[in-house]
Parts: sequence; C-alpha cells; structure tokens
Amino acid sequence: MSGDAGGAGAAAASGMAAPRPVIGLEIHCQMTSLKSKLFCPCRADYRGMGPNENVCPVCMGMPGTLPRLNAEAVRKGTMIAMALGCAIPERISFFRKNYFYPDLPKNFQITQLDMYGDTSIGGRGSILVDGGAVGIRRVQLEEDPGRMIYEGASARNHISLVDYNRAGTPLVEIVTEPDFEGPRQLRLFLQMLSDMVENLGVCNPALEGAMRADANVSLEGGNRVEIKNISSFHDLEKAVVFEIARQEAQHSRGLEVAQETRHWDAARKITIPSRLKEGEEEYRYLLEADIPWVRIDAETVESLKSRMPESVSEKRERFVSQYMIPPQVADVLSSDKLYSDLFDAARTDKNARELANIITTDLMGLVMAAATTEPAPDSDAAGGDAQKKRDDPASDVISVDGLRELADAVASGQMARNSAKQALHEMTKTGKSFSEVSSEMDLGLVSDESELLGVVRSVISEEPKAAEQASSNPNTINYLVGKVMQKTRGKADPQVTLELLKRCLLGD
Amino acid sequence: MNHSSIIRASALEYVRGVTSGEFTAEEFLSETLSRIEEAEARYNAYLHVEDGQKLLARAREIDRGIKSGQKVGLLAGMPVSIKDNICMRGSRTTCGSRMLEGFVAPYDATAVSRLNAEGGIIVAKANMDEFAMGLTTEFSAYGPSRNPWNTGYVPGGSSGGSAVAAAAFECVASLGSDTGGSVRNPASFCSVVGYKPTYGLVSRHGLVSYANSIEQIGPIARTVSDAALVLGVIAGRDEHDDTTADATPATDYLEGIEGGVEGMRVGIVDEMTEGADPEVARAAERAAGNLEAAGASCERVSLDMVGYSVPSYYTITAAEAASNLARYDNLRYGYDLPLDGYEFNSYVAEARGRFGPEVTRRMILGGYVSSAGHAGRYYLKALKVRAKLTREVADAFASSYDILMAPTVPILPFRIGEKTDDPVSLFMVDLNTVTANLTRRPAVSVPYAVSAGGLPIGIQMMADSMQDRTLLRAARALEMRRPPLPEVPD
Repeated sequence: MSGDAGGAGAAAASGMAAPRPVIGLEIHCQMTSLKSKLFCPCRADYRGMGPNENVCPVCMGMPGTLPRLNAEAVRKGTMIAMALGCAIPERISFFRKNYFYPDLPKNFQITQLDMYGDTSIGGRGSILVDGGAVGIRRVQLEEDPGRMIYEGASARNHISLVDYNRAGTPLVEIVTEPDFEGPRQLRLFLQMLSDMVENLGVCNPALEGAMRADANVSLEGGNRVEIKNISSFHDLEKAVVFEIARQEAQHSRGLEVAQETRHWDAARKITIPSRLKEGEEEYRYLLEADIPWVRIDAETVESLKSRMPESVSEKRERFVSQYMIPPQVADVLSSDKLYSDLFDAARTDKNARELANIITTDLMGLVMAAATTEPAPDSDAAGGDAQKKRDDPASDVISVDGLRELADAVASGQMARNSAKQALHEMTKTGKSFSEVSSEMDLGLVSDESELLGVVRSVISEEPKAAEQASSNPNTINYLVGKVMQKTRGKADPQVTLELLKRCLLGD
Repeated sequence: MNHSSIIRASALEYVRGVTSGEFTAEEFLSETLSRIEEAEARYNAYLHVEDGQKLLARAREIDRGIKSGQKVGLLAGMPVSIKDNICMRGSRTTCGSRMLEGFVAPYDATAVSRLNAEGGIIVAKANMDEFAMGLTTEFSAYGPSRNPWNTGYVPGGSSGGSAVAAAAFECVASLGSDTGGSVRNPASFCSVVGYKPTYGLVSRHGLVSYANSIEQIGPIARTVSDAALVLGVIAGRDEHDDTTADATPATDYLEGIEGGVEGMRVGIVDEMTEGADPEVARAAERAAGNLEAAGASCERVSLDMVGYSVPSYYTITAAEAASNLARYDNLRYGYDLPLDGYEFNSYVAEARGRFGPEVTRRMILGGYVSSAGHAGRYYLKALKVRAKLTREVADAFASSYDILMAPTVPILPFRIGEKTDDPVSLFMVDLNTVTANLTRRPAVSVPYAVSAGGLPIGIQMMADSMQDRTLLRAARALEMRRPPLPEVPD
C-alpha cells in the first residue's frame, strides 16, 4: 500500500485499512524470590521497609565499594532464558550504562549488552503464543535503580525524594522481537510470562512493580514509538490499543508518525510525548571490569535443566492426561503455582478430579473473597503484609490434609459436592478439621431409604404438576431430585433419591 | 639502638626488635609520632594523622601481648600509613580532593582490616594527586608533597605521600595504589621500594576506584623484604572483590626471597631505555651487570607495542575514570553548595566544575573517547592495543624471560611546578610503568642509585602473572648487588 501513488491521504479517502501494527516489548521482571540484591547482601524484596533501610555501602555506591555478583541470579536468569527457548552463551559479561539520574547511586547502571558477541544471559529465543511465534531478542540481568518520590503541589516548589531500598534489586530484562500481531497476543504473552517466572520461583508477579513493561509500537513501514511509564500489564494493553489508534488516526490524515518516546498517562488514559527525544541518550557503555566474565559451561546448563520445575504447559498436560481433569479446569489450575502445588500435595489417583474441582470452583473464590475484604494496601509499607498473604494464601486458610480428606469424601461418594462446599467454607472460616466440621454440620450423605422416602413423598405432594409430568418428561424427575436436595440441604444421596422417585412415580 | 634512630629500622628489624624486647611498640610509635610532627612541616606527606593517644593505647596493648606471650600478628604494632584513597572506618578519606573533604568512610578496606588483624598500627592517611590522577602529587587539592632528597623537587605520584613517608621515616611502610605507576614512580623518585602486585592478588575493596580494570593496592617500604612482608599481609582472595584471584592463598612472600637469580633470564626492554636520561640509562646497564654477576643472563629485547602503551593507557583510564567518578554528583558528599537556582543537571555540573585541572582534563577526555561517536577511533582502539601488548608481553615471558627490566622512570625527578603546565610531557613519564598495569603483570621499583645531582634513580622489574615470588626474589638480588646508597638527607 505504501507504493500507492495516491499516498496515505488517498488511501484513507478511499477507505483502505491502515497498515498492520507492529508491537515489541521490553519487560523488566524483578527477581523478588531471591534472598539478596544483584551485587550486595541487601534484600531483593524491599517491600514493607522504611525509606532507605534496605541499603549498604555497595548498593549506595559508596566510594571504594565493588559489586559482588549474586550467583543465584545468574542461575535463575539462565533458567528464564532456557524457558524462553534462548541460546545460553558460554560466558556472560556485564557492562556499565553511564547516565546521570538521582535514583542511580553510582550514576551508572550495571547491565548486560551484546557488544562483544553474545554475552547476555540469553538470546535468540522464541516462544509460541496463541498460535504465533514471538521472538526473544535478548534476556539480560541488570540492577534496578532507586525510586523517586515527588512531593509538593507545583513544579516550582516540588521536592524530589529518593528511596534507595530498590537500588540494586536484581532484574531480568526480556526484549522481544516486534512480533506481536495485536493486543490479544500481547496479553496472552504477558500472562504466560508471568506464570512462567512465578513457576520458576524467580518472581512473585502479584507484587506491585515486580513486573513492568515498555512497548514499542509502529505501523508497518512507519516510525517506531516507545511507550514508557506503564505501571501494570492491564494498562500496557490499554496503552498499546490507544497508541495503535493514535497512529492509525495520524496515518489516515496523511501525517507521518514521529519517532519518539511517549509516556503513558494512566489518569487520562492516553500517551503523551516525553521531553527527552529518542537518540539523545549517550550511555558510553563500558565493560564492567569489577565483575569477571562468568563461564556457563555445558555441565551447569545441564544441571540447571534438571533443576527446572515442570513448565506450566507440561503441568497442564499432566493434569489432563494423568488425572482426566477437563482442559478448562486444568488451564486455571496449572497457571497458578500456589494452587497447583496445593493440588499436587493433596491429590491421590482417586480424588484428583474432585480435588481440582474443589480448588478451582470453591477454594479460589473463597481466598479471593478473603483477600478483597482486607484493607487495600495503599503504600509500600503495607506491601509486606500483602505479600505474606500472597505467599501462602491457600494454606493460610486450609491445610493440605483437610483438603485431601474433603476431596476423598466427595470422590468416594460419602459427601455431596454441595455439602463439600459448605464444609470447605466452614473449615476455612473456623480453621476446624474436616472430621470436626463434617460431624458438627451433619454433612454426611443421607442414603438411608426410609429416611429419604419421607422427604421424597412430601416433595411429590408439594409438586403435583411435576409429579404428573414425570412419566412423559425425564427432565422433570431431575427437577424433583433438585427439590429433594434442597430440602436436605444437599445431603441426599442423588443416586438413591433418583431411584426412590422413579419407584414412587413410575412404579419401577 | 638509641631512640632517635630506632625509627630507621626496616620492617623486619622492627619485628625482631619489638618481639625480642629491644624496644617497645609504644617507644617506637612515640618516636614515629614525634618524627611526623617535626618532618611534616617540610614534606606534607600526610593529609591527616590519627589521634596519637588512641594509637599509643593500641601500641601498649601490643606490648602487653608481647610480654604475656600472646599472638600480636606479623606486624606487631608496626606504624604504617595508607594512601588517602583507601577507606578506613571512621576516618576521613578525601582522595586528595575537596569533593570528598568531609567524607568519613563507614567501613574498612580489606587491606586495612588485614593490616589491623596482623597488628599494624595505621598512623596516617597519605597525600596523593586528586583521585590518584597525576604522577607528582602536585595535583593534590591539599598542596604538594615534597621530595625528602630535595624539597624543591616532586616526590613522584600519585602515591607521593606514601613514598615520602616511607623515605622520611614517618612510618615503616605504607600502602599506595598503582594505576599506571603510581606506586613505582614515587618509590623511584624517593629511593624506596614500590611494589605493584599481579592484578587480582590484592583486594581493591575499599580502594576508591579510578581505573578499576588495571589498578592495585601495593606496598611502599624501605627494603624489598619489607615490601614482601606487607604484601603477604594484604594479599589473597577476598569475598568483597570478585576480581581477586582464586588461587591465591595468603602466602608468605618472604619465603625463598633470598634464593638469588642464578639461571634467571632477564630481558632489558629497548623501548623503555632508548630515550632515557643518560644517567638513568647507565644505571640500568649497571643493574644488568649486577644481575649477570649473580648468575642471571641478560639480553636486550624489543617490545613494539610498548610504543603505543601510553596513549592506550590514557584513553582507557580516562574512560573508566569518567564512569567511576560520575558518582561524585554532590548529592551525598561534596561541597556545601545550596540547591537554589539549579536543576539536577546544572547542579551536578556546578559541583563537578570544581574538580582540579587534572581530574577535569581526564573526565572530559574520558567522556569523549568512550562516546558513541568516537569510541571506535579511541576507546575501542585502545582496548585493541592493550590486547596486543598483553599478547606480546605474555609471549616474551612464555618463550624467553623470567624478568623484564628497565628504569622505572626514564628521567630524573624534576622541580615542583616544572611540568604542571605541560600535561603531555608529564604523560610520557609513565612510559615504562603503564605496561605492567595494562597487562596486569606484577612489577617493582628497586632503589638503585643517586644521580650526580643527588636525585634517586630506581630500576623496574616485571614478571609474568602470579609470578610475584620470582619477582621479589629478583628484586632482592638486585638490592643486594647494587652499589651502596647514600643516606637520605634530612
């Protein structure tokens, strides 16, 4: 279309579609699950600490201090690279990215670069998302800067505060090729990535600011726009949708899209041009001589491979093929590490299907409801508590044993699903054991015919119309079974109830 | 030994004397403190002297330990000093700059904690060129140090204060740092021994970085054996510095030091002797003769790449300096500079504008040579030169030589102020020393002679990586064979 003599204006006038959007991502993922920062012993997860409490001479860039590379960060970074199908280089090196900014204690950031061959932790990978391949250009380790906090009403009298608690937090930066076809694939990729880093035990994506992304958006053949300052994946999608629409509007009016960096304004839900023009930065990259090159030999790669946990897709496949769990349930269960771990801890060959059902339909809902009734964390200080919840939300409310006994009871026919739901609710609310709850609440199935017969008879007398239609319409019988269930608060054995109803109405 | 002369003892003599009861650590320290008070007016070797009463209390503690037979460490209360770019907890570390005038280090450098652990008593922080950039100590923001052999002359640099202090008996030994000759050059100018270890042998934790890919902390002392003793204390793997070599268990560098040079092959580097001052060149020839008489074989060797070493050195060190010194943005240390009227960048620019001329020169140079538009012509080319030089030197050691020898500095010490306005001719003073740094090899300057005009001449020896003991053995052999040296005037 760009070859069209009429140009963009003519294309718009004739109602032709705009060129297809081209989208690439740069994702920064904090390695929150590590014990320490990338180059010093301070905590990798700084949340819940007072300003500038999580610092030491190294991450403050004090004169004379040297970075000491966190070996576990290298191992975990390598695992992420492998999970993204990347090639692992024989040795990695670090570089200094030099620029002045108050949140950068040394006025340079230690990062990785492929300046002298492939020396980042991974590169040239590819991952299948929604049927399309997304290329991974590079995976690199780097340190997070500190956090700037701006106070004061106007630009004239504002105060800039710096909290260095975050400075030096290990980050994995994942740079994709511009392969995304649209926002949907973007969303699925980010979900997949977020599940992956959680599953690998690298990052807790639920923590505020733990995963951040910048997007590059252009229309095919057009200039590239970088969008920064996007605080959540939810906003990322919105920002990209907005930016595509903005560029298409430009295009339809025959205007060229400027190559620039834009910021996402979350309040106004638009992208706005950033003050700094792209290409203005001069980073004077230097090899970081304080960190010797790290050799990653074949043996290390093999041992890391063997340490790699089952991937989310492998897990989903296992749930479906080994336990006959319906694919939709397996999707939900496998994508959450906490619940799938709980499932694997409590499952037996017999209870697996019911257990999956209980976790995905009942337990997840209960935990989510509990979480939303907590006061919303409004600052970093509250983040620590929120994290504790997130670390162990399910086992906070129910034990593995309790869950197993519950699923066993349903699977063996001793308890109806409905009753199980009530029992679960009670167990999570009171912390009582399964046996306590089931005896107190009298939730065992009623399969005694003489006991059920009375209920069946009263239902038939209350529902004369339905009873009459029962012989001609089998659905009516199911309706009556439901009524019996209602009366017994779900405790009636459905099989016995059905037989009794048939006997009374059809004379079987 | 009477009290006025005990402080002339070498480190080994000190240890023998104090442990045998010939004198006490307190006596020795007290004499040293008096000497400092009296000598500093002339030499300006020190930027700050530690509190005398505290130091003396520490010395008495050592004395009690010696009396009761406890372990008092290899240094047994020996007064030592350290260059002011080495951090010591609770003490000012200015790097010879106004920018760090009020900076009190919150931690000990590894070299400092190791000195302390072996009973060393750190008496003072020594003067230096601002951020170790310079080779005369004239670029110190706190005034130049003066050469004890002639106070009108520069003592060399950048560890000039350390060399002066060791030469003038203001300590028994001192730690300097050597980025391109900063230990060896002042050692040569002041007629003391200056030792630059293999890169990675001594931890840089706590050494304020200037050009971190090549610099090392090294001892300055009055004898080769003294330097070996101190090296043994500070060397070895350190978990705070990932560049310290794995295969370096703390070794006794005195062991085998008297082994001589019988059978050693010594190369005299053409490129480092050809343009030398005639008196200096003659000293190098005589030194070769001394080694041959001791059983070594000496021959001339040409290392082409040495001719490109100085431009490569200045390009790399400037690029690294521009990065390492970027943190001095006046936010957390620096000048008392009010914020009004500045935004971030102009504030940083204002503060950085107050660095001295040499630091300013190298920061601007460093930013330029490593910038995207010019790195290919300068910084990356300098790295290539470094790689070629390293190959050439490695080949020379692998195929032919145990030791490469040359004068430490091609010229004699010069007058204070003589070269401050001529930075390029100053750069050439580094010609013989930068090769060891760029190739990460160990090198030492041994006092050899004093010129007709009464100025010291030092001889440099260099060995292959991790051959520090071979190097010390050769240096000791030269020290034993050299003609007698006059006493330093006072």
